[in-house]
Amino acid sequence: MHCHDLSNHINIPKGARKIVLAGNPNVGKSVFFNNLTGMYVDVSNFPGTTLDITHGILGKDAIIDTPGVYGVSSFNQEEIVARDVILGADIVINVVDAVHLERDLFLTQQIIDMGVPVIVALNMLDEAEKQGVKIDVDLLSDLLGVPVISTVAVEKKGLDELKQNLYKARVGITDLELKQKLIKQLERVGSQGEALLILEGDPHVAARHGLKPGGQREEIYLARRGRVNDLIKHVVRQTQHEASYATKLGRWMINPITGVPILAGVMYLMYQLVAVFIAQTVVGFTEETVMIEMYEPFIVNLVGKLFAEESILGILLIGEFGVLTMTVIYILGLLLPLVLGFYSFLSAMEDSGYLPRVAAMVDRVLGFIGLNGRAVIPFILGFGCVTMATITTRLLGSDKERKIATFLLALAIPCSAQIAVIVALLAGLGVKVAIAYVAIMFTVLVIIGTILNKILPGQSTHLMIDLPPLRLPRVENVLKKTTIKTWYFLREATPLFAIGALAIGILQVSGLLDIIQVGLAPLTEGWLKLPKEAATAFIMGFVRRDFGAAGLFDLTLTPVQTLVALVTISLFVPCIASGLIIIKEQGKKHAAMMWASVLVLAFFFGGLLAQILG
Amino acid sequence: MTLDKGKKGMTVKILHIPDELIRSQIIRFGITEGAVIKCEEVVPAGPIIVSRNLQEIAIGRSLARQIKVEQISA
Repeated sequence: MHCHDLSNHINIPKGARKIVLAGNPNVGKSVFFNNLTGMYVDVSNFPGTTLDITHGILGKDAIIDTPGVYGVSSFNQEEIVARDVILGADIVINVVDAVHLERDLFLTQQIIDMGVPVIVALNMLDEAEKQGVKIDVDLLSDLLGVPVISTVAVEKKGLDELKQNLYKARVGITDLELKQKLIKQLERVGSQGEALLILEGDPHVAARHGLKPGGQREEIYLARRGRVNDLIKHVVRQTQHEASYATKLGRWMINPITGVPILAGVMYLMYQLVAVFIAQTVVGFTEETVMIEMYEPFIVNLVGKLFAEESILGILLIGEFGVLTMTVIYILGLLLPLVLGFYSFLSAMEDSGYLPRVAAMVDRVLGFIGLNGRAVIPFILGFGCVTMATITTRLLGSDKERKIATFLLALAIPCSAQIAVIVALLAGLGVKVAIAYVAIMFTVLVIIGTILNKILPGQSTHLMIDLPPLRLPRVENVLKKTTIKTWYFLREATPLFAIGALAIGILQVSGLLDIIQVGLAPLTEGWLKLPKEAATAFIMGFVRRDFGAAGLFDLTLTPVQTLVALVTISLFVPCIASGLIIIKEQGKKHAAMMWASVLVLAFFFGGLLAQILG
Repeated sequence: MTLDKGKKGMTVKILHIPDELIRSQIIRFGITEGAVIKCEEVVPAGPIIVSRNLQEIAIGRSLARQIKVEQISA
């Protein structure tokens, strides 16, 4: 009995074979998964987004998806997940990208060396042909010793053939020298896959068997690389081709001279879509016309028939912070359209292959705050959802980098819902205030990042990142992803918002709200120079930062006060969901320290600003 | 010379990569000691973009500084 037995983690029928989909990132694995199972998974261009194991059913058997990895070991979380799923597999469908065969076959050969039956899906053959790459599929199959099926998954080509041949998967050819080493180790551990990983120095697998990890990783890797290169020489013919337009565009995105204007252009597009079109035009309709003019009178009237508006229940349900008024109006009228807009934009960016190029461009700059370019990915994703972004900090190379990125996400990166409300509040105040807001947030990020880089122990890692081909995002994929993410958002945010509103409502009817407001007056009125009612916004902010910002809507503030309030609430503690993720990723002690520091820093910087401007 | 001295369009042969962990990771992209790669783009003060066949990788400058290479052609 192995502790990593998959059946303990996922619920699959008894006697079902475990068919595992494995492959490098961005090879179209998820398209296979959707097609084989008919079930939805999150398709993404970036490693880290399919970290959860997804599985579906094909006939009597289970299909299990794995995160995209370049090899099986324990260099990062994705690899550990992929490793354990592959170790438990009955059959592996290995999806390889025909354009990057040389890279992808390293994983293929490693899985073959693990002794699992494999079938290879040679995907994106159309793209390879366009790039002048010719592949002898039959010879490839002979040399690997496993069936190889040609596919163009997005056009559904070759998928039926793959399904029909699935059970012809077999154990491929392993280099003789390695085979002999494996046999010796096999006697001790009983599984060729585990034997291989122990030889390759995987500490976790070795520990499971009470063995010391082997020191032959480099030797085995080099031999495998040699074998793959040799194989490539025989099966691939590369004819000359002109650098494609996409390749050229990809280069422009990286070089700052062209890359900075491109990034500015992308940001401007996002601003136009989210802050202008959605925040003003769409929200103007959904919030003003639909919610405030139509829904609110309707619900107030309806509930008003049952309870008096001034009664306790009336106040809780349809009052200023009413569960049926404020919650519904903010969630559906304001947040929903904005979050939809944001997620569709971010999904398109994720799928296009643009993010790793931004990472390369900003590598140097992020070096100042102890991060390498890769960290730009959690930051950009953080503008969508800080909680999800916190999970992707795992792709950073060292503990120090993960701590810095997690803290900065919690402090200085506002999420889409929060930006939505901020944009709506800033909309009336002119460009100057908006620029001031962005500049202040950026300054805080740089100051705190620099300090963390100085005080946190440990080393930062170097940038080494795969630049996937630029691809036009597929509308279907972007829509699916946006819908799923928006749905998760609504499902998570609505009850929290309702609880928050209810709590404030109860504080209000019990008179506690006034007491808290007076109690916090030195902080709100004295230090931040805001009206004492702003305390309500901060109480809401403990639940979710965007609710905090939403709580500012009803206050009458001067432009300076708005700026101070927005900076404070933007820096304010992360929402409950991201707080929980931080605990999971960083442990209770560090999470508590981060949370408390963020709270103090938010009031410190907010007050500093108020004092300077005041 | 070291990889960070590479110029755009230059073809170089990798002579030495110092860190075992880096060697084990970069080997998967087809880059080993002895491999011939092309410098596709050099970001001023930033990473070097190298390619081997159709595979492109961005290598941070601090890492490139540690990788010993030999120029094959300009």
